[in-house]
Amino acid sequence: MEETTNIIIFGILSLLMVAAAVAAVISSKIMRAATYLLFVLFGTAGIYFSLFYTFLGAAQITVYAGGIVVLFVFAILLIGKGSVDITHTSKLRYLAGLATSAAGLSLTIYLIRSTSFVTGKFSSAGVSMEKLGNTIMGTDKYNFVLTFEVLSILLLACMVGAILIARKK
Amino acid sequence: MTIPSEYYLILSAILFFIGIFGFFTRRNLISLLISTELMFNAVDINFAVFNAYSHTDYLEGYIFTLFGIGIAAAETAVAIAIIINVYRNMHTIHIKKLRELKH
Repeated sequence: MEETTNIIIFGILSLLMVAAAVAAVISSKIMRAATYLLFVLFGTAGIYFSLFYTFLGAAQITVYAGGIVVLFVFAILLIGKGSVDITHTSKLRYLAGLATSAAGLSLTIYLIRSTSFVTGKFSSAGVSMEKLGNTIMGTDKYNFVLTFEVLSILLLACMVGAILIARKK
Repeated sequence: MTIPSEYYLILSAILFFIGIFGFFTRRNLISLLISTELMFNAVDINFAVFNAYSHTDYLEGYIFTLFGIGIAAAETAVAIAIIINVYRNMHTIHIKKLRELKH
């Protein structure tokens, strides 16, 4: 019973995500494309929730839906009249893109179907915040404090760089 | 065990190739950035799914996804700064008309 519910929820979520992704890619107004992207990001957060990775879903909503989409909307509004995208100006390019992505997708799906993945025990308990914090900030094997510090420097450099690039001369 | 992990992988493959298609057909810098965000999301889903299904004792995929989200935010901020600067200097973000960096 529970399995059927999970499958139905996953089906609804994936249909929503695929439809919103297609709409984000083919809609001619960029503001609409950014809105559809927002739905894809929410769907991704739902996928993380369905894997019981609740902190990851919360971070996805905060950073992507709250930060990146707002950045997109600001940029689109700042640019204004340049933000209408005429898609498929050339029919040939459109068809070539469609054929390339269809071929790549079918190859990838074939490879996924023909590979038997090693599956361990799927735990529905999620990850405790204690374990997560110890893994991020710990200095032992399989811990990630160095990556964390490097990422903080990267974010600082990005902030300085973005201000420097976008500043008016 | 609820949903087979192949379902998640196929979903992320579909999202990735929708992003590829958008990257090929769009002609506007912001749309290209939106397409790359779609691809990035698909990769993040893959990391999380592999961690949840086949590597449950450790948190590598989880941490990779978490750091990937942070790096995506930084990358988007810099890219949008560049796009706004390009628009300010050339008054267009249509990639057919941005030819000065090509040669």
